[in-house]
Amino acid sequence: MEQEYKENCAGESRRDFLKKSTALAALATATPVLLKAAGNDEKIAGYFEKIPLQLEVNGKVHNLSVEPRVTLLDLLREQLNLTGTKKGCDHGQCGACTVHVDGRRINSCLSLAVMNEGKNVTTIEGLADGEKLHPMQESFIKHDGFQCGYCTPGQIMSAIACVKEGHANSVDEIREFMSGNICRCGAYPNIVDAIMEVKKGGQPL
Amino acid sequence: MINFEFVRTSTVKNAIAALSKTPGAQFIAGGTNLVDLMKKGVAAPKRLIDINSLPLRDITSDSKGILIGALALNSEVAEHPLIKNKLSLLAKALDAGASAQLRNMATIGGNILQRTRCSYFNDSTMPCNKREPGSGCGAKNGYHRMHAVFGASDKCIAVHPSDMCVALAALDAVVHTAGPKGERKVLFADFHRLPGDNPELDHHLQPGELITGIYVPANSFNKQHYLKIRDRASYAFALVSVAVALEVTDGIIKNAKLSMGGVAHKPWRLISTEQFLVGKAASKETFTEAAAVAMTGAVGLTHNRFKIKMGKAAVREALLQAIR
Ligand SMILES: Cc1cc2nc3c(=O)[nH]c(=O)nc-3n(C[C@H](O)[C@H](O)[C@H](O)COP(=O)(O)OP(=O)(O)OC[C@H]3O[C@@H](n4cnc5c(N)ncnc54)[C@H](O)[C@@H]3O)c2cc1C
Ligand code: FES
Ligand code: FES
Repeated sequence: MEQEYKENCAGESRRDFLKKSTALAALATATPVLLKAAGNDEKIAGYFEKIPLQLEVNGKVHNLSVEPRVTLLDLLREQLNLTGTKKGCDHGQCGACTVHVDGRRINSCLSLAVMNEGKNVTTIEGLADGEKLHPMQESFIKHDGFQCGYCTPGQIMSAIACVKEGHANSVDEIREFMSGNICRCGAYPNIVDAIMEVKKGGQPL
Repeated sequence: MINFEFVRTSTVKNAIAALSKTPGAQFIAGGTNLVDLMKKGVAAPKRLIDINSLPLRDITSDSKGILIGALALNSEVAEHPLIKNKLSLLAKALDAGASAQLRNMATIGGNILQRTRCSYFNDSTMPCNKREPGSGCGAKNGYHRMHAVFGASDKCIAVHPSDMCVALAALDAVVHTAGPKGERKVLFADFHRLPGDNPELDHHLQPGELITGIYVPANSFNKQHYLKIRDRASYAFALVSVAVALEVTDGIIKNAKLSMGGVAHKPWRLISTEQFLVGKAASKETFTEAAAVAMTGAVGLTHNRFKIKMGKAAVREALLQAIR
């Protein structure tokens, strides 16, 4: 570990950086290299190589090709144009990027896309049934659970999970289990009201 | 984020082999600490080995204790009936950490191995002996409100940020590892290191080793509590935290284990306080005296001196809440 760490910290020389940028430029013009994983324990992708990734997003299966360093958040926003999921801090500190992966709420900004192979992702775009909004979306509107709206997709994804997990039994419990979603406009009291109403309504989510 | 090789692996043996193959390789589990540090340019692994498919996620028990797989999620462990019923201290500590989203990603192994760190470590424009040995400690003469009051060195005053580890230290957990030289079992209290002259090392995991699980021996603690004091009510690192596990019979303390978080480079066991408590009445008076014992030897700097007073109050309060 120690040695590895020192190497990591050595920092990149200008020369290394230029070498890599040239490699990057070359790659951009070439067809992306797709590596088939022969076995589960093979090397899957080298530097700058893209790897195949199958993801189900909001009910639709996508066969994609991504660099290992791409986060799930960037993949959703930039490759799939699902810009409902927001980037607030990009460091797990705000919850704006919250999505469900296999039913669990996570911060998509700290999840490498390639680590979600074969998984099922739900974003804010996947909640409504045609024109009919999800009960949590309805409730946020009814209770004015937002001002600018930037944190709202993350709040709503987190709120649905909060109720499903069974962590919405009181105002205090909701505040605790929604603490991973920061709202700069301070809409917290109304967000809690919106969640309480959905919880009390008992609709299937 | 700098590019890296990416490897998926599904057996412990192959994971260990894949790590040894490339210098600068690292395992990745939940990614909540590593990806964060990679984005900041603080970590730059040459190869990432995704260990999420390893069969290390089960939580099992026998008459002697509970074994938690290294890849069990923080949220899964906190919600597990075995943990809720038998190790409520651990469940409480887990629930006090990070956010619901992060606990759904973070693994037990990753939580133990998250870097001991501070804001100077996280900022690659600042000097930091932990990030860049020999570059100096920016915190010592800088802003050090969050920093250590126990066991710090001239080289480093960062604290280990985990809540879960504070509980595991009090519960005498054992870290199970596997590596190129075979399997090992390490007592939790001996797992993390104090900074000394080598703050770049956080713990005693050997090169190439993988944490496979955590074993928590069965106990007879009938009073357990985890108290965390932070700048806001939730979703913040501890200023000070206290894990308490007591066995109290007829008002007398038969056995006591305590540890603190937010005060040292590792989860800080309060051995003298434990010895002080055993055999005494579980009373306010005893706890007030115990709290003074707990903070004996603490050394504060300009901005973190408040932690000594706060620590004393927190130890007393945690003990009181445990017997409530
Ligand atoms: C905004 C934010 C707030 C937070 N607040 C808190 C808090 O209040 N309290 C708290 O306790 N924590 C907090 N955390 C930290 C969080 O708990 C850790 O990031 C998490 O537990 C790490 O687990 P992981 O599985 O994601 O680890 P990863 O990021 O995947 O890995 C961390 C390190 O461990 C190594 N590793 C992982 N698993 C193994 C294994 N089995 N064997 C060997 N090496 C391994 C990796 O190589 C890496 O070096 C917070 C994090 C964030 C981002
Ligand atoms: S953008 Fe992911 S938590 Fe802030
Ligand atoms: S509504 Fe503006 S940040 Fe929450």
